[in-house]
Amino acid sequence: MTATSSQNEAVASDGSVPVLSAVNVVKEFKVAGGHITAVDNVSVDFHAGKVLAVVGESGSGKSTLARMLLRLMPVTSGTIKYLGKDVTNIKGSELRAYWRDVQAVFQDPFSSFNQFFTVGQTLRRRMSAKQGDESLDELIERCLSYVGLKSRDAVNKFPHQLSGGQRQRVMIARALMMNPKVLLADEATSMLDASLRVSALNVLQDLRDRLGLTVLFITHDIGQACYLADEVVVMENGLVVERGLTDDVIFNPQNAYTKRLLADVPDLKGSLKSRNN
Amino acid sequence: MRASNVTAVYAADSGQDVPAVDNVTLEVPEGQIVGLAGESGCGKTTLGNALALIANPPLYTIAGSMEIDGQVIDMTTLSRESNNLHRPYRGATVSLLPQGAMNAISPTLRIRDLVHDVMAAHDKNVTKAEAMDRASDRLKMLSMPTRVLDQYAHQLSGGMKQRMVTVISTLLDPKLLIADEPTSALDVSSQKQLIEMLLQMIEMRIMRGVIFITHDLPVLSMVTDRLAIMYAGKIVENGRTEDLVHTARHPYTAALLNAVLDPTEETRHKHVLGIPGSPPSLANPPSGCRFHPRCPFAMSECVTKEPAFLDEGNHQVACWWAEKNPGVRVPLEVTTV
Repeated sequence: MTATSSQNEAVASDGSVPVLSAVNVVKEFKVAGGHITAVDNVSVDFHAGKVLAVVGESGSGKSTLARMLLRLMPVTSGTIKYLGKDVTNIKGSELRAYWRDVQAVFQDPFSSFNQFFTVGQTLRRRMSAKQGDESLDELIERCLSYVGLKSRDAVNKFPHQLSGGQRQRVMIARALMMNPKVLLADEATSMLDASLRVSALNVLQDLRDRLGLTVLFITHDIGQACYLADEVVVMENGLVVERGLTDDVIFNPQNAYTKRLLADVPDLKGSLKSRNN
Repeated sequence: MRASNVTAVYAADSGQDVPAVDNVTLEVPEGQIVGLAGESGCGKTTLGNALALIANPPLYTIAGSMEIDGQVIDMTTLSRESNNLHRPYRGATVSLLPQGAMNAISPTLRIRDLVHDVMAAHDKNVTKAEAMDRASDRLKMLSMPTRVLDQYAHQLSGGMKQRMVTVISTLLDPKLLIADEPTSALDVSSQKQLIEMLLQMIEMRIMRGVIFITHDLPVLSMVTDRLAIMYAGKIVENGRTEDLVHTARHPYTAALLNAVLDPTEETRHKHVLGIPGSPPSLANPPSGCRFHPRCPFAMSECVTKEPAFLDEGNHQVACWWAEKNPGVRVPLEVTTV
């Protein structure tokens, strides 16, 4: 509610054109006896080469927003713009081109794989045509190296022979093969162990720094947003309640919901202290 | 409660036994919550199942005994009689709250029917009214709403479902509760409520000890008195939570603590590398110290000899580096960006 006044303001003040933006996007779901507004008049801008984190609890509408941005779900009202162009209702080859540029990695890496294909087969299926002079094998090798995997070790493995962290990294490599402009990670690291999670986050950080990739990082874990993101958007019940640079939002929250969310996060040394006192 | 020399194996198709829990000794002092942490696949859930006496084929507990309140229980499940032997202890002496238990509430039954089912499994003569009374008394004690008993699972939030299964699993006043990842599927606010309820229950002496299994170290630091860190089927470090968090003595513990991402200034500016490599196969664990292929402090003896448990008062650690550097915190460097 506090955010409505600043709905059309860009987060970054450097005047750069956002790669992807949602403008006054609304999503309503029909339920028995009325409707639920899952995303309520949300406007967000994604700036090139930045990691923007959307944080919020379950049911805050962050995944619904992601699905609409990916054009996997129609909007009830509002506009989605990609490089300044309205992509809310594009179809056919235009939509397929959009899907090439905006890639996604989801929460459960295991269910995204076909269990009967090796990593190499999975990755090869992405490409029917070659890109430029690079052969498909070279492309696979390059993309796997971005995520810290060696092509010769990985391509012949089946998904069940990989650890959760490796599976998620293969999924990121798969997305990178399309040479995307935007990578959307929806709780992509939530299922991983803490140490693997850190490596996966490092991969995203590295891609931002080396390839200038724009990353949209959706999570319920403020700690991860704190480690990775340049900017943070906090959502509650479909509304953006707070947004800004990570340092401002996490270390100097203005909104009551953000403050409560931060207070509930168990903090390794802090909670220890509070219990002993 | 003290469980000694527990070894549990999975019988694999190849005929080879895979020891998922290898000669583990764990103690839960009266009235304390002990945390069991480690990466996925390190054997924490298997140890939980063995301690709850519910090892089912292909999992066999091949060695180990448990002393609980002066009573000694043989934990092995090799003989046919072991199941009958263990049955009276389950739920009443040791109770397990399995991973994802909140999704196991029947969607077609009210919570009070589940309460009755659980009680009737131990005492056939218990009536629905008695079960209901007991459950509502317990809920009142914990200042939770009793109307929940008349509701169906879909009417409850995830946090409430998880608190309900926790209450139900302790209705028979078990001496030891083993809670396996009870907070993992919950958001931070529900996590906090569950943790506060557990602390309240232990204060009321509803149960006399808790083993809390999770890989989430910040949650453990909030709820536990002691911590045991498990790696590849063995406990590598064990001590008071405070000591472990501030003075980790095992490189693995230090690496795990390092990978914790709190929303703090420190996290904002640190760069953590994570632990290189992946956990070893339990069918064919590395020689010597099982952590040596991933350890930045590995020395020649780490490869050849298995480290013994070093007792430093209230803190035990199995590590050659720790033995050479007594009382020193593992100096794992964090790069600042």
